[in-house]
Amino acid sequence: MKFTLRWLREHLDTNADTKTIAGTLTRLGLEVENLHDPAAALRSFTVAQVLSAEPHPNADKLRVCTVDVGGEVLQVVCGAPNARAGMKGVFARTGSTIPGTGLHLKPAKIRGVESNGMLCSMREMGLSDEHEGIIDLPADAPIGKPFAEVLGLDDPVFEIKLTPNRQDCLGVRGIARDLAAAGLGTLKPLDAKAVPGGFKSPIGVRLDFTPQTASACPLFVGRHIRNVKNAPSPRWLQDRLRAIGLRPISTLVDITNLVTFDLDRPLHVFDADKVRGGIQARLARPGEKLHALDGKDYALDGEICVIADESGPLGLGGVMGGEASGVSETTRNVFIEAALFDPMRTAATGRRLGIQSDARYRFERGVDPAFVRPGMEVATRLVLELCGGEPSEVVVAGAEPDWRRSIQLRPSRVRDLGGLDLAEREQVRILEALGFAVKSDDDVLRVQVPSWRSDIHGEADLVEEVTRVYGYDAIPAVPLPRRPVVAKPAIDVGQRRVRAARRALAGRGLYEAVTPSFVSRAHAELFGGGADALVLSNPMSSDLDTMRPCILPSLIVAVGRNVAHGMNDVALFEVGPQYAGDRPGDQAAVAAGIRRGQSGPRHWSARPRDVDAFDAKGDAIGLLMALGFAVESAQLSDASPPWYHPGRSGVLRLGPKTLLAAFGELHPRVLAAMDVKGPLVGFEVYLDAMPIPKAKGTRARPPLAVSDLPSVERDFAFLVERQVSAEQITRAAKSADKELITEVRVFDVYEGAGVPEGRKSVAFSIRLEPKDRTLTEAEIDAVADKVVAAVVKASGGALRS
Amino acid sequence: MQNLTTLERDLIGAVEGAADMAALDAARVAALGKKGALTQLLKEIGTIDVSMRKERAAELNRLKDRLTDAIDARRAALTQSELNNRLAAERVDMTLPVRPDVDGRIHPVSQVMDEIVEIFAAMGFSVAEGPDIEDDFHNFTALNFPPEHPARQMHDTFFLPEKPDGSRMLLRTHTSPVQIRTMQAKRPPHRSIVPGRTFRCDSDQTHTPMFHQVEGLVIDRDIHMGHLKGVLEEFARAFFELDKVHMRFRPSYFPFTEPSAEVDIGCKRSGSEIRIGEGEDWMEILGCGMVHPNVLRQVGLDPDEWQGFAWGLGVDRVAMLKYGMPDLRAFFEADLRWLKHYGFLPLDLPSLGGGLSR
Repeated sequence: MKFTLRWLREHLDTNADTKTIAGTLTRLGLEVENLHDPAAALRSFTVAQVLSAEPHPNADKLRVCTVDVGGEVLQVVCGAPNARAGMKGVFARTGSTIPGTGLHLKPAKIRGVESNGMLCSMREMGLSDEHEGIIDLPADAPIGKPFAEVLGLDDPVFEIKLTPNRQDCLGVRGIARDLAAAGLGTLKPLDAKAVPGGFKSPIGVRLDFTPQTASACPLFVGRHIRNVKNAPSPRWLQDRLRAIGLRPISTLVDITNLVTFDLDRPLHVFDADKVRGGIQARLARPGEKLHALDGKDYALDGEICVIADESGPLGLGGVMGGEASGVSETTRNVFIEAALFDPMRTAATGRRLGIQSDARYRFERGVDPAFVRPGMEVATRLVLELCGGEPSEVVVAGAEPDWRRSIQLRPSRVRDLGGLDLAEREQVRILEALGFAVKSDDDVLRVQVPSWRSDIHGEADLVEEVTRVYGYDAIPAVPLPRRPVVAKPAIDVGQRRVRAARRALAGRGLYEAVTPSFVSRAHAELFGGGADALVLSNPMSSDLDTMRPCILPSLIVAVGRNVAHGMNDVALFEVGPQYAGDRPGDQAAVAAGIRRGQSGPRHWSARPRDVDAFDAKGDAIGLLMALGFAVESAQLSDASPPWYHPGRSGVLRLGPKTLLAAFGELHPRVLAAMDVKGPLVGFEVYLDAMPIPKAKGTRARPPLAVSDLPSVERDFAFLVERQVSAEQITRAAKSADKELITEVRVFDVYEGAGVPEGRKSVAFSIRLEPKDRTLTEAEIDAVADKVVAAVVKASGGALRS
Repeated sequence: MQNLTTLERDLIGAVEGAADMAALDAARVAALGKKGALTQLLKEIGTIDVSMRKERAAELNRLKDRLTDAIDARRAALTQSELNNRLAAERVDMTLPVRPDVDGRIHPVSQVMDEIVEIFAAMGFSVAEGPDIEDDFHNFTALNFPPEHPARQMHDTFFLPEKPDGSRMLLRTHTSPVQIRTMQAKRPPHRSIVPGRTFRCDSDQTHTPMFHQVEGLVIDRDIHMGHLKGVLEEFARAFFELDKVHMRFRPSYFPFTEPSAEVDIGCKRSGSEIRIGEGEDWMEILGCGMVHPNVLRQVGLDPDEWQGFAWGLGVDRVAMLKYGMPDLRAFFEADLRWLKHYGFLPLDLPSLGGGLSR
C-alpha cells in the first residue's frame, strides 16, 4: 500500500514530519517498507530566469543564454527550441549530476562559447520521457528555490507492508485513523453526505441468488449520472495516482481508483449506454465468457459471481470489469457500481482465474460493509465536480449485512495477557480513537466494534489494539520464571545421536552439507522413490519436485557441482530426513555421505590413494562406533540396495528386519544416469533403526578384568579359493578357542605370482590372552593346531608353508 | 728405570690424540691392558728395592689415576662429538608440510541449531520434533487459518497430490504445527522448542524453498507478553554474544497468535557483507505472539485457565546475522569452498559453560 504525505494530510491534521510518521507507522504494525522522497535527488536544481537568449555564433541550433540563478547571473549554452528570454526554467549548476542521464556537469566551452551549467528538460530530471524542450515553469516561480517544490514534487511516498488482517488500512483514511489514535494528530471529518438525485435511474439493479449463494453479493448500490464529460483527469488527480504507481486513464476511471485507495471502497463504472436492460449480480452460467479489462478472455463457471445485463456478464464481481461495458473518452452517461462481495468467493475466483487486482485484494480481505452507500456519495460528488452531469437517485439491491458486535474487555487483561500495565482511561481513549464505542460496565468494558474492523473478534484482539497503539516498546521485558532445579537434558537419545553423528562424521574429515528435501523425480526413482504421492504439485523447478527417498542423490548432485568447480576430491555428508511416504512415521533420520577422488592431496611423504568401498565401510562402522553401538553385534551381508555396485558394497543388519547401514561404491549405471563422473563411494546409516538402550539406574561400568600375564601372537597364512570371504576365515579361527583367542586380524590378502590362478593367500594373526597362568609352548601349539583345523574345514583351503 | 715423565707424556698424548673410540680403546689397552706399559711397571714393583718400593708404587698409582681421568675425559668428549655428528647428519627440513590431516566441517545451520538449543535448554526448554510432510489441519486449520484466507496464500505452500478423499498433504510452511502436536500429546505446562526444516515456494537472497525454523512454545497459567519479550531479549543477547542487541518488536499478524509481533535485529547490510551491532538496517528474524484462544480451544485447553506464547525463529537468518553470510541460497548448495569458509570444526561444540563460539 502506497500513499504520499500530502494525501495523508487530507485525512490527518498533523504537524509530524516524515520520519516521525514513518516510525509511528512501523510501531503500529503498518511496517514502512520504503520511504521515497522524489524531491531529495532534485534539491540542488533550482528555479532560474532566462534574461536573454541570443543565437550561438558558431551553431544554428544552439543559443547563448544569460540566466539569473538567484543572486548571480551566468552564461549558459542551451539547445532547447523553447529557450527564450523571460521564461523560468530549471537550472543545474556545474558540479551537479543530472539524474536522468547521469551526466556530471563541468564548466565547458560549447563550440567556443563558455557555458556554466545547464537548463534541463523533464527527461533530464528523470521525471518523464518529455525531451522536446526545457522545463517551462510558471512565471511566479521564485528564483533560486528548488524547482521540485514549485512543481509539488516534494511529496514523500510511503510504502507500507500490510498484514492480511488490516484491510481497513487499504485506504489512506484507515492509516490516518491509526496514526491519530497513536497521538500523531487528529482525523479530519469526511464528507459523505447524500447527493440528491434528480431523476430515477434508467438502469435498475437486482440480486439473483439462492439463499445458499446470497452471501456472494449481499448489497449492490448503483447510480446513473448523465451528460458527463470523461476527459483526462486534472493534474492533481493524475499526480496522486502516479505517485503511487498507478497510470491515469480517464477522469471516471481515475475517480474509481482514487476512492479505492483513499477510502478502501472499490467501485466500478459502466458506460450506461452499453448496458442492455437492468443490471443483476448472479453466479455465472457454465459456458459464459468475459473479455476483461486486462484484455484477456476468461471462461467462467457456476462458482464465480458476475455482474451481468441482458446480454451476459459485464464484469467479475469484486475482481475485474469487462472491456465491452467500460467507459471511454466518448462516454456520456455513466453507471457507478458500489457493491459488497464475499471474501472467500472473491479469493477463490481470483485464484482460479489467476487475476490480481486492487479490487480483489480488498474484497478478499473484507471491505467496510457500512461504507457502500457513503462511498457512492463520495464518488458521485467527485464525478459531478470533475466531469459534470446530473445524478440519478440511488438504486439499491440487497441490504447491509449485520456487522454489529460487542466484545467484553476486562481492563486487567491488558496487563495479564499484554504485559502492559495501562490505566483503564487510556485503554478507552485508544479504543475510541480507533472507532470503537466503549461502555464501562462494572469491571468490564463493553466494546462495540466499528464496521471497518472485520478482524476484531475477541478480547485478545482488543488487548492487541490497546498494546500496539500504546506501543510494544512500553511493555517491560520480564524474565521467564526459572525453575529452582538444574534443568534435565533438553534432547532425547535420538536427537543426541543426530547431533553426535554430525560431529563424528566431520571428525572423520567429511564436510557437512544441508541440501533440500526434494530431488528430481528421475533421481528419486534411481534410489527407490518417485511414487506419485511424493511428487510436489507445485514445485519451484523440475529438478526439485520429488521428496527424496534417500539422501545420497542430493549429495551426488552436490558432488557433481563441486567437481564442476574443479574440486576433484570431495567428502560430503548430511544428517537429515528421507521420506518413504507422506505419513509422519515415513520420515527417517539418516546420516549419509559420499567420497570421491583421492584419500588426500599429493604429499612428499604420504602417498594418497583412490578412495574405495572400504572408506565408505569405514565411515559407516566408524559412525556406528562413535554413537556407542557394538558393531560386532550386527551382521554383514552383501544384500545391498540396488544403487550400490553389487560386488563392492554391503549392509549391516540387526536381525532379519532391521537394516542399520549400507555402504560401498555407487552403481555405475546410477552415476551415468545422474551424469556424475565416478567412481563414488557412499554410505547410509539409518539412525532411527539403531536400538535405544534400556534406561539404567546406574552409569557405573562393570569392573575391568585384565591379566598381567603376557599375551601371545601367532601368524597364519592360508591359500583359499578366491570367493572365500575373510570373515569366513576369521570366524573359523576365532571359534577354535573362544576363551583364549581374543582377537583375529587379517593383515594380508594376496593374489598373483606364486599363488595359483583362482586362489588367494590370506594371512592373519591371532592374539591369545591367558587367564590364570602363562601359556606353555605346547599349549600354544595346541591352540594353533585347532585354528588350522578350523580354518581348513571352514574354507577348504590349506595352510601355506 | 724408565723415565716416568716421558712415559706419562706418551700415554696421555695417545689418549688425548685418539680420534675415535677405537683409537681411545687402543691407547687404553696400550697403557692399562694386560700387557700395557703401566700395567707392566706395576707388575715390576715387587722387584724394586724395598726402600724405594713404596714411593715408586705411589708414583705409579698417581700416574694411573691421571691416565684414567684422561681416558674418561676423552671418552666423554668423543661421545659428545659423535652425538653431535649424528644429530647433524639426522637434520631434516622442518619447513616441509605435515602429513594431511582429516579436515571436516559442521554446517553453520547445525552449529547455530546447537547454539540455540543450548540457550533454551538453560531456560528450561526441551526439544520437540514433528514431520516435514504435514496435513492441512496441523499446518493451517488448527492454527486458526480460515479457509481461503489470504494468510494461507501468503504461505506459498508446497502441496503433494490430492488424494481420492479430496485431502492433500503439504510441506509444512512453518514449525508451528508442532505446537499443536505438542499440546495434543501432553497437558500443560509446556516449554518446548522445535528446530526443523520448513518449506515455501520462494527464492531470493533471503528466501529459499527450504529453510529452518526453531519454534518456541510456552504455555502456563500466568505467562504474558512481557515474558515473551524477556525470553527473546535474553536469547538475543546470549546468542549474539553481545551485551546489547538492537531489537525491535513490531505489531504484526499471525492467525495463531494474538497479540502478534515480528522481531527485527538492527544490522548493517552492504553487498557481500552483513554485520550486527552497527548500521541502520533491520533484519526480521522471527514472528511471535500470545497463543490465540482459538488455538488453545482447538487442543482442548481453556483460554481462561491457560495462556502463553509462541515464536518461530528463522535459524538461517540468525546464522547470517551472527556469522555474516550475505546470501541464504549458498547455505544449501554444498559448495566445499563455502563450507570450509563458513563451517565449524567438529570439536567447536557450543556450550553455555564453555562459550557458544570462539
